[in-house]
Amino acid sequence: MALATKTDRRPSAPELLWKSTLGKKTVMAVSGVIMLLYLVAHMVGNLKIFFGPDEMNHYAHWLRTMGEPVLHYEWGLWLVRVVLLAAVIAHATAAYQLSRRDIKARPSKYVHAKPKASYATRTMRWGGIILGLFIVWHILDLTTGTVHPAGYEHLHPYQNVIDTFSTWYGNAIYIVAMVALGFHIQHGFWAAAHTLGYGGRVPKGLSIGLAVVLTAGFVAVPIGVMTGVVS
Amino acid sequence: MRLTLRVWRQRSADADGGMSTYEIDGISQDMSFLEMLDTLNEELILKGEDPVAFDHDCREGICGACSLVINGDAHGPERTTTCQLHMRSFKDGDTIDIEPWRAAAFPVIKDLVVDRSAFDRIIQAGGYITAPTGAAPEAHATPVPKPDADFAFEHAECIGCGACVAACPNGAAMLFTSAKVNHLNVLPQGAPERESRVLDMVAQMDDEGFGGCTLTGECATACPKGIPLFSITKMNKEFLRAARRGA
Ligand code: HEM
Ligand code: SF4
Ligand code: FES
Repeated sequence: MALATKTDRRPSAPELLWKSTLGKKTVMAVSGVIMLLYLVAHMVGNLKIFFGPDEMNHYAHWLRTMGEPVLHYEWGLWLVRVVLLAAVIAHATAAYQLSRRDIKARPSKYVHAKPKASYATRTMRWGGIILGLFIVWHILDLTTGTVHPAGYEHLHPYQNVIDTFSTWYGNAIYIVAMVALGFHIQHGFWAAAHTLGYGGRVPKGLSIGLAVVLTAGFVAVPIGVMTGVVS
Repeated sequence: MRLTLRVWRQRSADADGGMSTYEIDGISQDMSFLEMLDTLNEELILKGEDPVAFDHDCREGICGACSLVINGDAHGPERTTTCQLHMRSFKDGDTIDIEPWRAAAFPVIKDLVVDRSAFDRIIQAGGYITAPTGAAPEAHATPVPKPDADFAFEHAECIGCGACVAACPNGAAMLFTSAKVNHLNVLPQGAPERESRVLDMVAQMDDEGFGGCTLTGECATACPKGIPLFSITKMNKEFLRAARRGA
């Protein structure tokens, strides 16, 4: 009779990944990188607002026709939306479970407490929650128009964006969220490289650079509206 | 030197603990930190009080038994073990806070002594090679490339003290586990169990209630043996490789 070994009890690869802390980190890293790739494209696309209403609105139209004639109208866009939704859910669920575990693993604090960890590292959890709330507000504002301040018009992002950034709170919410995003990416991208085993090849500078470029690119739009460069 | 010590006192695992303050005089700069505590304990015994319990064994910085958080730093202000820390790192008149390692997986047994058997169980899960023992084998029978040998040695330096866990805000044992996994996984002797080792040791680490890594880096700063943070990255890579292969 063969002896029962630990190997016989080993779960399948997906189960193994979801059960272990390292696997959950991998889920966070992969979903984070998917969102990050999207954000780079999104940021570049937003900059079209500096080239006038025609170019911006045409771009919004293209988002719906991309993939044609293979894909039907808006199929490509919905595909992106589904992937992103899955990424956000996986990312937030793993973050919640890992954070609970981390807090439980260190129940008593040191009497002689010292501030450890960098600002970006310490704010991953709150920063992530801010980003999650921002994503909801952002969709209700500029995708569905539910909370949009003026008459929201489908497929006319140029005017919709100007209207949003003509309110003080629109600017405030957006800029705070983009700064939070910068911090989240600065630690997150670097952490993801380590989680996936490429830590040595991704220097911290690259992560900082990426965070700065993304934040600056996104924040350029409300500043453009506020200063009247875009009107 | 004259010092004020604030020491964590806890009668037993279940008892409530708290910081007690002691004044101590006549400490030489050349004493080790543990000799300073020995002096305190002699005074306490003469006064008929319970001496402070703390872990120690070799006092040479090689066994990993000593374990104190001194002024919020695991093993104190120098990058070395508590037993190799000397009082010249402190000034006359200083107040020094002394606490046990803090982690759910390292419960306090008494005063400054914690139960680190969780580390033993991680080792039992795969921190070995399965080979018949006997006389030492011929050294040249199994060639090991120099970079691999250096890498293995660097990680074999881990003495299992647990300072990495104590320093980590998540009470994670990633640095320790990665040191052990990397040490054996890079060597030809460790190759047959390369996948099962990392999977089993990580599973055991999770089962013991250690937290996860958030790349804070406090572990590598605290480690008296200089195990680098990159060690964790390397273990992540080994883990993903093993998960893909479904060992
Ligand atoms: C739903 C909103 C979000 C929440 C609640 C959240 C939360 C978190 C938390 C708590 C961590 C740290 C995990 C740990 O240290 O173990 C983290 C890491 C990370 N986040 Fe987010 N986040 C959110 C949105 C985003 C977005 C929009 C991106 C897009 C770029 C992103 C990218 C990353 C990356 C790349 C990591 C590093 C993964 C790793 O540690 O390997 N996150 N997130
Ligand atoms: S990795 Fe360093 S700090 Fe952690 S147990 Fe080993 S020697 Fe101690
Ligand atoms: S007592 Fe052995 S390492 Fe400190």
